[in-house]
Amino acid sequence: MLRVFTYLLIAISMIAISIFIGWWQVDGPGTKAPASTIPVSLTQMEFSLKDHENNQVSARSLLGKPAMVFFGFTYCPDICPTTLENISRWLDELGPDAEKFNAILVSVDPERDTPKVLAEYISYFHPMIRGWTGSLTELDKMMAGFAAKYERVPLGKDDYTINHSAGVYLFAEDGSFVSIIDSHEDAKMALTKIHRAIKSP
Amino acid sequence: MINKLLILIAVTVTFVNIPAYAQTRDVTITRQWARASIGTMRPTAAYLTITNNGKDAVILDRIKTKIAAMAHIHNSTTNAKGISSMAPAGEIRIEPNQSVTLQPSGLHIMLMDLQRPLIKGDSFELTLIFENGQHITTDVPVLAISARGPKE
Ligand SMILES: [Cu+2]
Repeated sequence: MLRVFTYLLIAISMIAISIFIGWWQVDGPGTKAPASTIPVSLTQMEFSLKDHENNQVSARSLLGKPAMVFFGFTYCPDICPTTLENISRWLDELGPDAEKFNAILVSVDPERDTPKVLAEYISYFHPMIRGWTGSLTELDKMMAGFAAKYERVPLGKDDYTINHSAGVYLFAEDGSFVSIIDSHEDAKMALTKIHRAIKSP
Repeated sequence: MINKLLILIAVTVTFVNIPAYAQTRDVTITRQWARASIGTMRPTAAYLTITNNGKDAVILDRIKTKIAAMAHIHNSTTNAKGISSMAPAGEIRIEPNQSVTLQPSGLHIMLMDLQRPLIKGDSFELTLIFENGQHITTDVPVLAISARGPKE
């Protein structure tokens, strides 16, 4: 009788402990901080890349003007040229205000996109758009600051494509994050957000 | 006599042509265009609308073109986290009286392993092969890299 009682007690304690561990991990103090989904201020980012003219650039290069930043790569035949064309149209719409912007395509494919390649690629779009890229380590630092992601995916035999965050990131001239223009948003919505980036902070 | 003969020839030609004529009219290709390429190393994309005017559903099997060693149908998608990706589109099935549009940021014909650069202003032949054996060849104009749709 006593033995049955002891087993019962052990069983109950084990259940209680596992419930406690579960609570600790999911809701309790043991919860891992959720990965941020919003970019930090450009002033808090540390990375160093090269632009399409081989100049050293960093997050600080974007301060002083509002910025629109987009991730892509030149082997991307569909989404990237379409987004760059959208950005080109928005810049056209802005007219002289376009000069007030930093508009940057960041290539997440430095293996194939050298500054020289980027220079040719961006020449097909709005002249205000500049191209940046650099080492994977530095790109990773930048992507972390932007809460953005990219992933190399094999495509056929020895080819690959890159899945990447496709939104256009907007920052104010003081570096604070303003908004993301999603790929499905229309020009009117995009321009509203862009004007918000010009006006803030 | 000659008139009768001509009528006979005309009737025969018309009659003989009916199946082929009907077949090409069942499925039509419109709004086709391709984006200019940068040299031959980088892939580019072609877009078009396939309309099925026939009574049976048709399934697109593959694409053939001399301009690219590989021409695959891909779909670009963006997930809830804003991450875009591109993958083989799977079966493209067009029901009767329906059409399927390939357009930027969605379905596209990915032209890989280009045999020559696609230059703005040029055009090239592209053949769509359907599962029922039907072939449709269309002339695809090459528009600017920054183009976003067919010329109206
Ligand atoms: Cu593709």
